[in-house]
Amino acid sequence: MKAAIVVFPGINRERDMAIALQLATGHRPQMIWHKETVLEGIDLVVLPGGFSSGDYLRCGAMAAHSPIMPAIHEHARRGGHVLGVCNGFQILTEAGMLPGALLRNAGLRFLSMDCHLRVERADTDFAGHYQTGQVFRAPMAHGDGNYFAASDTLDRLEGEGLVAFRYASASGEITNAANRNGSQRNIAGIYSPNLRVLGLMPHPEDLVDPLMGGIDGKPLFDGLAAALAA
Amino acid sequence: MKDVNQALAAEFGLSADEYQRVLDIMGRTPSFTELGVFSVMWSEHCSYKSSRVWLKTLPTKAPWVIHGPGENAGVVDIGDGLAAIFKMESHNHPSFIEPYQGAATGVGGILRDVFTMGARPIANLNALRFGDPKLARTKRIVDGVVRGVGGYGNCVGVPTVGGEVNFHPSYNGNPLVNAMTVGIADKTKIFLSAAAGIGNPVVYVGSKTGRDGIHGATMASTEFDADSESKRPTVQVGDPFVEKLLIEACLELMATDAIVAIQDMGAAGLTSSSVEMEGKGGVGIELVLDHVPQREPGMTAYEMMLSESQERMLMVLRPDREDVARAIFDKWDLDFAVIGHITDTGRIIVRHKGVLEADIPLDPLADQAPLYHRPTTETPAQAPLGSVPDPVGVMAALFTLIGCPDLCSRAWVYDQYDSTVGGQTVKRPGGADAAVVRIDGFRRAVALTTDVTPRYVQADPEMGGRQAVAEAFRNISAVGALPLAITDNMNFGNPTKPEIMGQFAAAVRGIASACLALDFPVVSGNVSLYNETEGRGILPTPAIGGLGVLEDAAHAVGLAASAGQSLVLIGDIAGHLGQSLWLREIAGREEGPPPPVDLAAERRHGDFVRSEILAGRVAACHDVADGGLLVAITEMLMGGRIGATLAAPPDTVPAHAWWFGEDQACYVLAVTDPSATLALASAHGVPGRLLGQTSGQDLKMADGATMSVAALIAEHERFFPEWMD
Amino acid sequence: MKAVVTVMLKEGVLDPQGKAIGHALGVLGFTGVGEVRVGKRIELDLAETDPEAARKSAEDMGRSLLANLVIESFQVEIV
Repeated sequence: MKAAIVVFPGINRERDMAIALQLATGHRPQMIWHKETVLEGIDLVVLPGGFSSGDYLRCGAMAAHSPIMPAIHEHARRGGHVLGVCNGFQILTEAGMLPGALLRNAGLRFLSMDCHLRVERADTDFAGHYQTGQVFRAPMAHGDGNYFAASDTLDRLEGEGLVAFRYASASGEITNAANRNGSQRNIAGIYSPNLRVLGLMPHPEDLVDPLMGGIDGKPLFDGLAAALAA
Repeated sequence: MKDVNQALAAEFGLSADEYQRVLDIMGRTPSFTELGVFSVMWSEHCSYKSSRVWLKTLPTKAPWVIHGPGENAGVVDIGDGLAAIFKMESHNHPSFIEPYQGAATGVGGILRDVFTMGARPIANLNALRFGDPKLARTKRIVDGVVRGVGGYGNCVGVPTVGGEVNFHPSYNGNPLVNAMTVGIADKTKIFLSAAAGIGNPVVYVGSKTGRDGIHGATMASTEFDADSESKRPTVQVGDPFVEKLLIEACLELMATDAIVAIQDMGAAGLTSSSVEMEGKGGVGIELVLDHVPQREPGMTAYEMMLSESQERMLMVLRPDREDVARAIFDKWDLDFAVIGHITDTGRIIVRHKGVLEADIPLDPLADQAPLYHRPTTETPAQAPLGSVPDPVGVMAALFTLIGCPDLCSRAWVYDQYDSTVGGQTVKRPGGADAAVVRIDGFRRAVALTTDVTPRYVQADPEMGGRQAVAEAFRNISAVGALPLAITDNMNFGNPTKPEIMGQFAAAVRGIASACLALDFPVVSGNVSLYNETEGRGILPTPAIGGLGVLEDAAHAVGLAASAGQSLVLIGDIAGHLGQSLWLREIAGREEGPPPPVDLAAERRHGDFVRSEILAGRVAACHDVADGGLLVAITEMLMGGRIGATLAAPPDTVPAHAWWFGEDQACYVLAVTDPSATLALASAHGVPGRLLGQTSGQDLKMADGATMSVAALIAEHERFFPEWMD
Repeated sequence: MKAVVTVMLKEGVLDPQGKAIGHALGVLGFTGVGEVRVGKRIELDLAETDPEAARKSAEDMGRSLLANLVIESFQVEIV
């Protein structure tokens, strides 16, 4: 799998993502500066976490208009894989590549702690190394992770099986207490209709080493590496 | 523009003597801009004029110290060719006036001190002290400071991994915000601030200059009065996004050979950065302010020289590398301007719009800066406490203590700080006595802590200073790391009062003795004086930031106990209740001498605990500190959500004194083979005692008193969310 | 020519900031405050001198960047 991480100014989890991808693939992913306009020979494009352009207008709004974005749209249109985590998820919604938007957390405070995610379907290239219904832990770190979409959009996402992960209790119940940022229907991550574009708020890339508290996030990258092995 | 005279000098914070000294150096009446330069360079904040004589007595050397005090931050060799660069700095006064921006720019400023030297910042910590939680103002300040620390640190992508939050009414009008940053660099590639190379360009990079924060350094050098709230316009606003770009651009430039010298523009902005760089290099500088990137029209030379606009750096470059540097800053969309050059005149010359605005000899500006041996009086010794009866019983006292503002869970605070960005955080906030952060690409890790117990310092400044260093040593040892060096952030009241200066001098003595005994030198620091409002000073608060190293991050232990472990005490409990939290919270008294610190015992016990951890025989470890032994044990049980059955205290110590005395040099270890630990301890001359076993869901005392750990956790986690949300 | 773009969350989108402000006003004793909504005001200095062209240009900016039409609506005022 050839992976590339897009570096927008203000992004800050690009190195975390590179470590996780390198663990899974055995080689360092390519770093692509946001002012570039071409993506060639790339299987997986990753939009990492951080505060692109300071998140000053809206999270991800300015990055969604970066010079590299047309190439990412084109990559996705051709069926290429795209992973957006945290700010990357926000950029994908701002760019219209995934539906909905990420609003301020319901409690109006930044949330940095581990959360539990329930895998809604495992038959995708991203979740193949998890089981459907499995619960895994991932750190979250965001001020604007409150997933919002109109109710017909939510119905469509659920109807088409495009909800990737939901905030859950450790035992897998979908509860309000587990949904700390107030996301609609506990949605933590969603897929595009072809299941090739995934956006999620929590950071599986920060839980790939037992020393850092666990390897719950590792199957996501191992699964991708296996699915996209050349 | 006003006439320059003694009255104006006084307005700028210069005394009559100091103004006379300016006249002597200049041989004429200084210009308005020149007077501004003198006033900020000779402010307490920049010149350390009251504290320097005492700071010079601190131990600053060790074989592993690469650069001690005097550079932007301290530098220590941590092995594998790596250097850790760190410092703690206060932003107390700005945080009172505008808590969010004060705290945010405090974080930004200390980050710049560290990456200026070539280090990528890998961790932030912050020591915060607030006033009485019952006051509405305290709540507003806590909210703003916590948001500010998080808002800045989260955005720049440096994990906030530790720190302290405490309350005391003495901080009602003077909250303390002490921010610490730790960075990692190749130890052969440390960047210093001494300018060199006649004719070399002086380059300004980063944000544009506005009128923010003019005279911030002098503001940090006076007491607050009723007018302070109206001084709001001088508050600087931080832009963490630009800081992030600046970090990346500077580190990219540092990978080339373009930089001769570099310094951030912190307090007193362009003035102090240019004066310090040229002063250290023994050269001169000529600045043309017309080239300074400006955010507002019509700025004067005085305003540009004194502006404290954030996120700006000053560099001296090799002339043949100017284009390389410019291209990097263009890439990151940051301002880059050549604003002057290095000269051999030994003078700072400032021109603006064709007018010579300042021409000052640099040597006397530094050498003849005021230095005061201010009078000191010793803090009288506290009367012995005598015996204090237990009014409520041990379990009830425990329940009260673990829920009180000074001991309750800080999760509400650190849950707002990104502690995992970077993917190297081995021990997160709340998980261990010190934060542990691995170095990307290495097995090695640093252990980090901030410590001071201001009520001890108030009662006995020397013992309190000693205790602050000893506790940092203990917290680092308790995760298995070797303590290497400290940074000190000295927060005190008005130094012109002999009793305050006496506190300062005694605290320095205590810190110095502990540094020597523990091989734990001071490599950087900061002084914040005049923390007084309407004549009332803060508790003396010499905050200590400690750094240690672990050769292998996998050796680090946390504080959470789990089932089937034995709890072993290392150290002696005499039941010292003077100045304890039990005495304050349960008996309602703030009295007595603080616990004595035996530095030889600290060393011996710490070395033993560390060797046991590195030998893999310790599952969890926690030092005994605020609240005493039973609070330490309870924190370990709550961390692991496990119960325990505890043995009775010895007959020689009253039960409440045994469980809540704040005796020093003590640790609780969770182990699987307690007899082996105790035998080894005894062989090393270290006192040890079996405390009990973990099991079940309840904390059970020998007298039958029982409390569920779940109830203790609920009480422990109650205060902050109830208070703030 | 100056254009002022006011961006508001759409009706029906939860505005937690507005809710928090409403709550705080109540705590401070201000009664009779109904719903509180928080928005953004963006001032643009435009080189354009024709008000209609300026409006059109500001509206383009609103649609493409200044507002996220999934959750926000905006209004342009030329002053």
